[in-house]
Amino acid sequence: MNEALAPFQRLEHQRVLFADGLALDCGAVVAPLAVAYRAYGTLNAAKSNAVLICHALTGDQYVAEPNPLTGKPGWWDTVVGPGRPIDTDRYFVICANVLGGCMGSSGPAEPKPDGSGLWGTDFPSVTIRDMVRAQKRLVEHLGIDRLMAVVGGSMGGMQVLEWAATYPEMVVAAAPIATATYHSAQNIAFHEVGRAAIHGDPDWKGGRYWEDGGIPAKGLSVARMVAHITYLSEAALGRKFGRRLRGASALTFLEDVFEVESYLRYQGSTFIRRFDANSYLTITRAMDFFDLAAEHGGDVAAAFRGTKTRFLVASFNSDWLFPTQESRALVRALNAAAANVSFVEIATDKGHDAFLLDEPVFHRALGGFLRGAAAKAGV
Amino acid sequence: MSDASPEIRFVAKNMRLDLRLIAEMIAPDARVLDIGCGDGALIEYLIRDKGADARGIEIDMAEATEAVAAGLPVIHGDADADLAFYPDGAFDYVVLSRTLQAVERPREVLRQMLRIGRYAIVSFPNFGHWHLRWRLLTTGRMPDNETWDRPWYETPNIHPCTIRDFFALCAQDGYVVERWLAVDDKGLGTPWKRSPWLANLFGEQGLFLLRRG
Repeated sequence: MNEALAPFQRLEHQRVLFADGLALDCGAVVAPLAVAYRAYGTLNAAKSNAVLICHALTGDQYVAEPNPLTGKPGWWDTVVGPGRPIDTDRYFVICANVLGGCMGSSGPAEPKPDGSGLWGTDFPSVTIRDMVRAQKRLVEHLGIDRLMAVVGGSMGGMQVLEWAATYPEMVVAAAPIATATYHSAQNIAFHEVGRAAIHGDPDWKGGRYWEDGGIPAKGLSVARMVAHITYLSEAALGRKFGRRLRGASALTFLEDVFEVESYLRYQGSTFIRRFDANSYLTITRAMDFFDLAAEHGGDVAAAFRGTKTRFLVASFNSDWLFPTQESRALVRALNAAAANVSFVEIATDKGHDAFLLDEPVFHRALGGFLRGAAAKAGV
Repeated sequence: MSDASPEIRFVAKNMRLDLRLIAEMIAPDARVLDIGCGDGALIEYLIRDKGADARGIEIDMAEATEAVAAGLPVIHGDADADLAFYPDGAFDYVVLSRTLQAVERPREVLRQMLRIGRYAIVSFPNFGHWHLRWRLLTTGRMPDNETWDRPWYETPNIHPCTIRDFFALCAQDGYVVERWLAVDDKGLGTPWKRSPWLANLFGEQGLFLLRRG
């Protein structure tokens, strides 16, 4: 790994500060509360065309423009933009960096209010619902009473569900994609491998690596490598790499032998330049804690009883991180709550990552669902 | 608002004729579940023209996706597995058109329909039609026409029944037949409605409006 590469950098981001802070589920208060965000399109006079996008674990607010850290296109560039399914010519699109994130919102990578350095591992434990509460502060700050839609995949989908369950009167339409109402034991297990890699890296220094400007590069990159496997599928890895060798001359275990190995190492090495390790620990924990049924007496349907929100649930048939059966269970709970719900399972071999990629059938379904929601909201 | 508003894909006159007959049975502003809704033609009509809160279930993923892309509340699912999850009395009407003969447990599906809906509207191809009887009598082979268009070993129609069989099941399970008619293969009503015996011989399809007894 090339240590000369600049590790994670903190940049200036567009953000709002709420001096009174935010009370969290764990009982702590984060004050002031910073919410970094980006917005695209124009809010109409009736303020009825706002669409909130919730990003996934390692996403950020730069949905539809080049990312200032990596220079790469926005992470949902194919979905959000003029004439795209989430059409910035028609809708006012907002995306906020999650609470606990490392792109300008309050989180472990931000300075502590008492001036004693960064929050680091002192940053309180956050939940998906805390993230949603922080987003609600931003939405209200922008003068918006009701969101035409809340859309997100993976951890973003968890936030969508939490939005619809916690603030149903504010959500006309909700699209939880490639997600579930709770984080499964298997998913928690994979997260724990990632966290163990970070904790086990001597450069993590008990979470105080920021004091001397270093980062737990090895641990964070291994965390990313194992997570990245869960985002793909056996079929996609086989299609892209198969068992192709990188020309290793002898039987060896000391260097990259297979192409899939060097691909994963590359994924790990680029990730450490754009993500903070303590943020990764905080956010993976928030996902692990997520269990919508537990918040509503053990019954997901109870979270949505009487809801007027329209739902689009979408899953991908090769996604083994958030498999279709979990989306179908959500659909059945929504039916039990007599909610208005659409559901499609998209055929693809791209695994969990498919929700971020070029999937025309999914894009048509999402676009059509949002046009229906826009008609209902009078946009 | 830009001019990208969704185009109107269906108007009533383009709708399959049996769907028009079904639509005529449904009161305005009703809550409707259409099982086996295809691309959503019936629910789109009910939503637009009858002010209904109409939803659909479709087993074919491509059709379900078309319906969702048209902004319709349709889920990918099937009658045998998904009806059990809806609460009692969630709908005014539950529609099952040309699908009863293809489900795994038709009796249970009917029971679920009348649990979650006040009325059930059911249409099915009539296996008692004289043409099918004639073919079986003269050739000794399974029927082969527009409805029964696939060989016995790959037809999805695993539970064929006749109009009289259906009357018998309704009587057995205590369902009240509010209205019924026999229709020809184009879905036009035929004048056999006084006599189940004649309808069973000459009707291509049976169409029933049921309620709990």
